[in-house]
Amino acid sequence: MTDTLHILSVGKGGWGGALLLAAGVTFALSVLGFLLGALFGAVAAGGRLSTRALPSWVAKGYGTVFRGVPDLLTIYLLYYGGSIALTEIGKFFGSAGFVGLPTFATGVLAIGIISGAYQAEVYRGAYLAVDLGQFEASKALGLSRFQSLRLVIVPQLMRHALPGLGNVWQLVLKDSALISVIGLVELMRQSQIGAGSMREPFVFYIAAATLYFLIATVTGSVFRYGEARAWRGMVHA
Amino acid sequence: MIDFAFFVEIIPTLLSGLPLTLQLAGLSIGIGFALALLLALAQQGNHRMLVWPIRSFVAVFRGTPLLVQIFLIYYGLGQFRPTLQAVGLWWLFREPYWCAIIALSLNTAAYGSEILRGAIQGVPRGLVEAASAFGMTRLQTLRLVVLPLALRQAIPSYSNEIILMVKGTSLASIVTLMEVTGIAQGLISQTYRAVEVFVAAGAIYLTINFTIISALNTLETWLTPYRVRA
Repeated sequence: MTDTLHILSVGKGGWGGALLLAAGVTFALSVLGFLLGALFGAVAAGGRLSTRALPSWVAKGYGTVFRGVPDLLTIYLLYYGGSIALTEIGKFFGSAGFVGLPTFATGVLAIGIISGAYQAEVYRGAYLAVDLGQFEASKALGLSRFQSLRLVIVPQLMRHALPGLGNVWQLVLKDSALISVIGLVELMRQSQIGAGSMREPFVFYIAAATLYFLIATVTGSVFRYGEARAWRGMVHA
Repeated sequence: MIDFAFFVEIIPTLLSGLPLTLQLAGLSIGIGFALALLLALAQQGNHRMLVWPIRSFVAVFRGTPLLVQIFLIYYGLGQFRPTLQAVGLWWLFREPYWCAIIALSLNTAAYGSEILRGAIQGVPRGLVEAASAFGMTRLQTLRLVVLPLALRQAIPSYSNEIILMVKGTSLASIVTLMEVTGIAQGLISQTYRAVEVFVAAGAIYLTINFTIISALNTLETWLTPYRVRA
């Protein structure tokens, strides 16, 4: 027991500090990936809602592929595909070895692409849930399309989107652990390193699980608070 | 740019991992569903001693990444080898195959039990009352009224969970199991052709998922004949 406490302590010889720092990397990776995914998701939702065939098809294909293919495969595609391209460019400029992509940026991009495919569905559903009268009213007020979207539709759409976004966020947080396979030292990878060097896998993976659980629980309640705020002054159906 | 000969070469290699992917998915979805149903039913009675441990199990498995769960079971429990040998369970936790199946099953049981719990609670109270007015026992009500309606109601949400599990089997490659994703990763690092391998392996997963989705859609339509079909 005292051994375990010592291993996980924050001070000298303890791994607590490294694990907390790695949890910070996991959190930053997840937040940035989620935000990038919001951008991809919004664009894809726009494509899905478009009456023209091409944007609608492209958006549908994007959603089908990245929601249907294992996330690990997508991560390999981006990391190896990107690194191979980078190595070719490196060769052109006279470098000989394998050039690896920066792992944090690759991780953010991978999470962005994957979560964007899920977020698109959330935004599309939420857009369709906004009352048609709101669109007509903003048109009658003489708002431009962009103005009506920004001032009228999106604030109301977020109300319907928040529960779904909360689910996607939980998915993102857990997906971030997969980024460890390309060597980024986030919480999962740091626990593997600790488990290997101290020969105490059980302690380290329990510690990792606890930290993931804490992040998931705290951020989950932030989403619930946001939801309550978004609905303030409204009568629930 | 697109080299068909290369596809012809890699597709059989990738398909050699398909039986393992299907086994992992099939076994863990099956075991997970049985567990999920048990957990959902056990919570109906509202016995505190039963509900509280189940809720904690569900919260832990839904609140942590599947990869951590697999590592905890495979590497973490490996630390207790003497104890596991003493109780005669070492053969199970020694094999990455069984560890992956245990982790996947427990994970999907946690998510699945929430889906089924909601579906069981969604069965109208009046139907249960009518069944007891008919003189049905609790078991009969469950078997003839509650479960058929709840399971049918749960099909759309449960099919999402099944797709997530099929994708989840790819994590088994991290504990050395050479299923489709594991083979794909090997091929990428041998051939340096990430896009082609991704397309071929992705097509395999999309085919599995489409087959499952259309089978479950057919099942749902068949079970709800009164619904107007668009």
